[in-house]
Amino acid sequence: MKLLIQGGRVIDPANNLDAELDILIKDGKISKIGKNLKDDGVEIFNASGRLVTPGLIDIHVHLRDPGYEYKEDIVSGTRAAAAGGFTSVACMPNTKPVLDNKSVAQYIIEKAEKEGFARVFPVGSITKGLEGDSLSEMGDMKGAGCVAFSDDGKPVTSGELMRCALEYSKPFNTVIISHAEDIDLVGKGVMNEGFVATELGLKGIPWVAEDAATARDVMLCEFTGARLHIAHVSTRGSVEIVRAAKKRGVRVTAEAAPHHFILTDEAVRGYNTNAKMNPPLRSAEDVAAVRQGLADGTLDAIATDHAPHHIDEKNVEFNIAMNGVVGLETALALTLELVSDKVIDLNRAIELLTSGPASVLNLPVGTLTVGAPADVTIIDPGKKWTVSANDLISKSKNTAFDQRKMKGAAIATILGGRLI
Amino acid sequence: MAFAHKHILGINELSREDIITILDTAESFKEINTREIKKVPTLRGKTIINLFFESSTRTRTSFEIAGKRLSADTVNISASASSVTKGETLEDTARNIEAMHPDIIVMRHSASGAPHYLAQRLNCSVVNAGDGAHEHPSQALLDLFTIRQHKGRIEDLKVAIIGDITHSRVVRSNLYALNKMGAEVRLSGPGTMIPPGIEKMGATVYADMNEAIDGADVVMMLRIQMERQGKSLIPSLREYARFYGLNTVNLKLARPDALVMHPGPINRGVELSSYVADGPQNVILSQVENGVAVRMALLYLISGVEHSEA
Repeated sequence: MKLLIQGGRVIDPANNLDAELDILIKDGKISKIGKNLKDDGVEIFNASGRLVTPGLIDIHVHLRDPGYEYKEDIVSGTRAAAAGGFTSVACMPNTKPVLDNKSVAQYIIEKAEKEGFARVFPVGSITKGLEGDSLSEMGDMKGAGCVAFSDDGKPVTSGELMRCALEYSKPFNTVIISHAEDIDLVGKGVMNEGFVATELGLKGIPWVAEDAATARDVMLCEFTGARLHIAHVSTRGSVEIVRAAKKRGVRVTAEAAPHHFILTDEAVRGYNTNAKMNPPLRSAEDVAAVRQGLADGTLDAIATDHAPHHIDEKNVEFNIAMNGVVGLETALALTLELVSDKVIDLNRAIELLTSGPASVLNLPVGTLTVGAPADVTIIDPGKKWTVSANDLISKSKNTAFDQRKMKGAAIATILGGRLI
Repeated sequence: MAFAHKHILGINELSREDIITILDTAESFKEINTREIKKVPTLRGKTIINLFFESSTRTRTSFEIAGKRLSADTVNISASASSVTKGETLEDTARNIEAMHPDIIVMRHSASGAPHYLAQRLNCSVVNAGDGAHEHPSQALLDLFTIRQHKGRIEDLKVAIIGDITHSRVVRSNLYALNKMGAEVRLSGPGTMIPPGIEKMGATVYADMNEAIDGADVVMMLRIQMERQGKSLIPSLREYARFYGLNTVNLKLARPDALVMHPGPINRGVELSSYVADGPQNVILSQVENGVAVRMALLYLISGVEHSEA
């Protein structure tokens, strides 16, 4: 099957490309890029006035499969990804059973290949059962297709164990992803510590809980020379720690989630459990710092931390509501808000959703290079729409952006040359 | 008289005029409590459920008596006796209670925001009798009532509140209430018990308790709750009493006619020395007495019934 995408503005940050070009797709691969392309028997996609970008990549999602299929599964989660313009996702290991062994990784990869609507790259756990006790079989899991290792949702509390994880990961040439939080400092906190928490009478999580853990893991990364990635950076301090480390040449990368660069802890008012996540929504100052980090290259990727939860897990008292929000279907438009807010330009926005995350995890996707898999997202940058939680494709409706007015949407997602 | 609220969730939602209406209404009810027949038919036929998910003697009894003196039927449900322990959600518990058609649910819960959650989902009125560390509106109102009764006004008074500010719903409600009524609020407590940004709620924070009570018209002491605060916030009750306890010596820093208040129950020898707790300046029992009248006023005002018999 052949597909010709005509007349769109092609943005491919990995190749420094931003021009009005045609793209010819053949046999699931990018075959040609150029002006006025022609070929026999091709299906034509008129993309004039649209952006044509590499398929978007989200390196931080929870597909909840196996074990929590009532929240999401590989089919519904990748369908939500495709709806949001994503062709690749990396899924976190806090499943049931935990993704701490080869068999679970194989299950996820096979199910995604057979039934999924996006490429799925599993992230294995650092420790067996996410218990923070002993290392998982990283080598085995890497062999099965895991692209990184993380105890996401929980920090590795022992500094010694984190050191071992980094050192052990090195010969396997893989990435350790840190969920950076000092859990003693988090304590029973349920939202950002600050004026809003004080007024609402909710126990706060101080920024130092994140900064202290980020600092430890960055220093362990420097010490071991391994590859570390900091997940969901939400504080000014963490941005500064990563920025300074990168200047010293430390092999650290970092990501930020849309809710952390769009919303502040003011969103919690009214005890809104769909504004409850971990790390929590922070202050305006933190939001500004995260935005700055995205602009100056301190942060390498935008990743949603798509965390589906059932309505029954959110429709409760704030204290006991589960942490997390869905994000796959709103991330693109929220990233484009950074462009309208003049924080970053359009090329940087696309980079943060494509080649940026691809290089963090060394994924074989994220470009429109000739010969690369034909994963392409076609975006209408001017499309106006309003988020409606009930209309989300994801099984779970726990968005922090219900009823928000958005601009920009993926109008077509092409996976391996196939329109999804 | 205009009182437009269906629920009493917090002082934050009330205007200065609302507060004055409540205090004036409580004034008219106060006398009923000293009659030989302490009952008026105002809320006859109304059902009030006291739904307490946290233990309480004083507040629950006060609401119960308030309801009964207005001739409402009052029922108490405490968490241990309810189905909460069977894993029922708050919403389901509330819906089951609502199916019995109460007019008012008076609710106490350890989760901040729980009454707001209920108010959004039920048709009956909800009165917050304390939610987590958030608000305790009836307590703040009875505090205002007591201050007004003894001082004749609230405006421009200097009110010092001493103790665990972080975990106190009484403080938050009083901050809203006292600021709305034009008082000056000073706070002091251990460094581990002062929440960030509290000044923005309208208060000056003093590191030294003595500075906070210097020249104060009212000194409000908070109960220190070891069971709630964990081990690391204060080293010992002994040291707490030394730096943050009110005694006959430091009380002299306040105005000679200063009121000593406490939401109760008091810890003798900790936040209050026994001499102060039994001293001439304390109005603690007056607070308890006024609590009934203030809660009668709240129940009456949100019921929206005509009141002529009182």
